[in-house]
Amino acid sequence: MSVDILMPALSPTMEEGTLSKWLKKEGDAIRSGDVIAEIETDKATMEVEAVDEGVLAKIVVPEGTENVKVNAVIAVLAADGEDVTKAAPSRPKADKAGAVSDADSVKEAKQAVPEQEDPKPKTPEQPRAAVVKDPSLPEGTTFTDTTVRDALRDAMAEEMRKDERVFVMGEEVAQYQGAYKVTRELLQEFGDRRVVDTPITEHGFAGLGVGAAFAGLRPIVEFMTFNFAMQAIDQIINSAAKTLYMSGGQMGCPIVFRGPNGAASRVGAQHSQDYSAWYAQIPGLKVIAPYDAADAKGLLKAAIRDPNPVVFLEHELLYGQSFPVPDVDDYIVPIGKAAVKREGTDVTLVAHSRMVGFALQAAERLAEEGISAEVIDLRTLRPLDTDTVIESVKKTNRLVCCEEGWRFMGVGAEIAATVVAEAFDWLDAPPVRVHQKDVPLPYAANLEALSLPNADDIVEAARKVCEGAF
Amino acid sequence: MATKPKSAKKAPIKATKAEMLAFYREMLLIRRFEEKAGQLYGMGKIAGFCHLYIGQEAVVTGMQACLKEGDQVITGYRDHGHMLACGMDPNGVMAELTGRIGGLSRGKGGSMHMFSKEKNFYGGHGIVGAQVPLGTGLAFANKYRGNDNVSLAYFGDGAANQGQVYEAFNMASLWKLPVVYVIENNMYAMGTSVERHASETELYKRGISFEIEGEEVDGMDVLAVREAGEKAVKHARSGKGPYILEMKTYRYRGHSMSDPAKYRKREEVDDIRSHHDPIEGLKSQIIELGHATEDDLKKIDNEIKAIVKEAADFSLESPEPDASELWTDVLIEEAVG
Ligand SMILES: Cc1ncc(C[n+]2csc(CCOP(=O)(O)OP(=O)(O)O)c2C)c(N)n1
Ligand SMILES: [Mg+2]
Repeated sequence: MSVDILMPALSPTMEEGTLSKWLKKEGDAIRSGDVIAEIETDKATMEVEAVDEGVLAKIVVPEGTENVKVNAVIAVLAADGEDVTKAAPSRPKADKAGAVSDADSVKEAKQAVPEQEDPKPKTPEQPRAAVVKDPSLPEGTTFTDTTVRDALRDAMAEEMRKDERVFVMGEEVAQYQGAYKVTRELLQEFGDRRVVDTPITEHGFAGLGVGAAFAGLRPIVEFMTFNFAMQAIDQIINSAAKTLYMSGGQMGCPIVFRGPNGAASRVGAQHSQDYSAWYAQIPGLKVIAPYDAADAKGLLKAAIRDPNPVVFLEHELLYGQSFPVPDVDDYIVPIGKAAVKREGTDVTLVAHSRMVGFALQAAERLAEEGISAEVIDLRTLRPLDTDTVIESVKKTNRLVCCEEGWRFMGVGAEIAATVVAEAFDWLDAPPVRVHQKDVPLPYAANLEALSLPNADDIVEAARKVCEGAF
Repeated sequence: MATKPKSAKKAPIKATKAEMLAFYREMLLIRRFEEKAGQLYGMGKIAGFCHLYIGQEAVVTGMQACLKEGDQVITGYRDHGHMLACGMDPNGVMAELTGRIGGLSRGKGGSMHMFSKEKNFYGGHGIVGAQVPLGTGLAFANKYRGNDNVSLAYFGDGAANQGQVYEAFNMASLWKLPVVYVIENNMYAMGTSVERHASETELYKRGISFEIEGEEVDGMDVLAVREAGEKAVKHARSGKGPYILEMKTYRYRGHSMSDPAKYRKREEVDDIRSHHDPIEGLKSQIIELGHATEDDLKKIDNEIKAIVKEAADFSLESPEPDASELWTDVLIEEAVG
C-alpha cells in the first residue's frame, strides 16, 4: 500500500506555503524522522519530517511550487517491497486542487463546489439553561437584618461546615480577616488549612485554585478586588472556563472566584473597573452579581455547590448595607433567575449589583411623577434570564438597561438586543441604556461623580422612554 | 530585625557636609509632606487610597543622589516620596492628592497615579508589581537608544512575589538592560509579614537564578543607601546589566489610611522609630561631626514647614477640574497619515 505525503500545516494560521526544496529524490529510501523537504510558511522556513517508512515513489509537487495548500498530496511513499512504479497518489483530486501550478484543475475544483449540497453541517440549536424558581419561603418565615458582608461570610461558613472540600484562599483572607472583612472569623473557625493567606500572586493562586478544583476540591478564590483578577484572567478563562469543553466533559472545575467589582470611592482608574460584561461573555463560566444580602447569601451558597466555575461579582459599596435575610436553614437562591424587585406597568428598569439600588430609588421618584416602573434585578448575568425581562417588557412596552460599567459592548447592549429581537412588536420606544461615561474613572470628586451613573440618570432615561406616552 | 544594630554602623562617613545637609532637608521634606497629607486625609480633603512613605525616606533620598540627568524612576502606589525626591513640585503633588486642577495629573490620577515626563518619573502604578516590567522597558529604551541612562524600578516586598517580576528579571539579565531593582522591604505586604509571604525572605537573592547580583542594604541609613546605590547604578550604567538592592526599611503608618495595622505590635514600631529613624540618625551624625547645630537644623525644619504649608494651601485653593476634563486625555487626537 502506498502512502500519501501531505503538505503539513506548520503553524496554526498556515493555510498554504511554498515547497522550496526536496531533500530526497524519487527512489530514495525514507525512514521515519528523515527530513524530506523544506517548506516556507508566512513566518519561517520549516523542515518536513517523514512519518512513515518506505521508498519515495513519486514527487507530486515539484520544488519551487508556491501556494501549495495544506493537506495537498506532495509525494507518494511506496511501502518496502512495493512496486515503486505503480505507486500513485490515492487522492488525485486533492493533489490537483492543492497545487496551484495546475491552474485548470483549481478552477475545476472551485466550480464543483456550488453543485454539491451545502457541505456545512447544521449547528444544532443551543439548549437553553433551565430556569428554576426561587424556593418559596414557608409561611411565617422571620428575617434578620444582615449586611451584605456578613451574608457572604455566612454563606461561606455554612458551605464550609457542610463540605470539607470547600476552602477559601486569597490575599489577607485569614489573619487580617479579609481586606474588606468578608472572611471575618473564618480562620478562627476553620483553621489555616482551609482559610489560606496567599502572597500577592493572583495569576499563580488563581491557577493553583483551578488545579485544586480539577483534583476535586472546591476552592473559593477571593480577589482583593476584581481589578487584580486581571492578573489572573488567563487562568479564569483559558483554564477554568474552557477545560470541561476541551476535555469532552471529563474535567469539571468547581471553583468560585469572588471579590468586589466595580467602582469603590475615589480610588482612581486602576481600582474601579466593572468587569460584568467581560466575564459574562465567556461560555463555560457562570457569572453572578447580586444586589441585596439575601441574594448574596443564597447565590454564593449555590455558586459554591455548582460544579462549574463561577465568577461572583460583589460590590464594595454594598458590603456595609443591611437587608433582611430569611431565617431558614440552607437558604439557596437558584443561579440564572432574575428577580422582580418592584412591580410596575409603564417602564422596565433592568439592573444588577449596586445599580439595582439606584433603580429602586428611581422607581420611587418616578412614581411621584405618575410613572410606574418595574425593577428587575438580573442577579445572574450568565446564564441570563431573558424570559423575565421579556415578560416584563411585554407588559410595560418600555426598557431602560442600567449598568455601572461602560456602555460599549456592555450588558445593556446584550439585553437591549435580545429584547429588540424577541419582543420588537411590544416595544413602544427604543430601549435606553444608563451606564458609566466612556472614560477611565477619574479621581477628582466632581469628575468621578459625573462619570458614574446614579438614580438621577435612571429617572431621566425612564422619562425619555416614556416621553409622549401619557 | 530589619536594620543592623547601631554599634555596627562604625564605617567612616563618606559624605560631604553639603551632601549630608541636603539629605537631611530632602528626608525632612518627605516626612513633613506625608504628615500633612495624613492630616488632610483625616479632614476629608484627600480620599480613596493614600499610602504614606513615613519611615522609608532614606531609600529614595539615597538612591536619587546616585542618578544623573535623564535617568528614570518608576514605582508603585506609595509614591509621594519618590516624586518629591525627583524634584517634582510639592504643590502639584499635594493638589493631585486633593483632586484639583493644579495637581500633576490635573486631578484625574490621584495619590497612586502621578507622572512627570520632565523629571523622568514614570509613575505611580496601582497594580502591585506592574511597574517592574515597565521599569525594565525604560531600561530597554536606554539601551536601544545607546545612551548611558539607567532606570530605577522600585517595588515592595509583597510585589516581589508577582510572576511578572521574574519575567522582567530574566529579560533584563538576558539582554543586559541598565536597570536597578530597588526592593523596599518594609517587612509587610499590607498585613502579611515577609516570613508569611515569601519562601526566600532574603529578597536580594531573588535574582540568583537569573544571574543578577543582589545586595542587602540598611534602608534606614541614607548614607548606606547612597553607597550601595552608586555601586549598583555604576554596574548598570557600565553595561553589565541589572542589579538588585534589597532595602531593609519600615513604614511607620498603616498600609494605607484605612489600615488599623493590628498585625504588628506597637512596640515594634516604637522600637524602630526610636532606634533606627533615618532622619534622627542622620541628624545625630551631622551634629556629632559639627556640620550644623540644633539651631541650624531647626531653621531647615522651619523652611520645610513653610514649603509644606504652601503645598497644602495650594492644594485646597486650586479648583476642581472643569467638567470638560472628563472627556479629555482618553486618546491623543491626532490624525495619522
Ligand atoms: C495586583 C494587585 N494585587 C493586590 C493589590 C492590593 N494591594 C495594594 S498594596 C498591597 C500590598 C503590597 O505590599 P508591598 O509590595 O510590600 O508594598 P508596600 O505597600 O509595603 O510598600 C496589596 C495587596 C494591588 N494593588 N494589586
Ligand atoms: Mg511591604
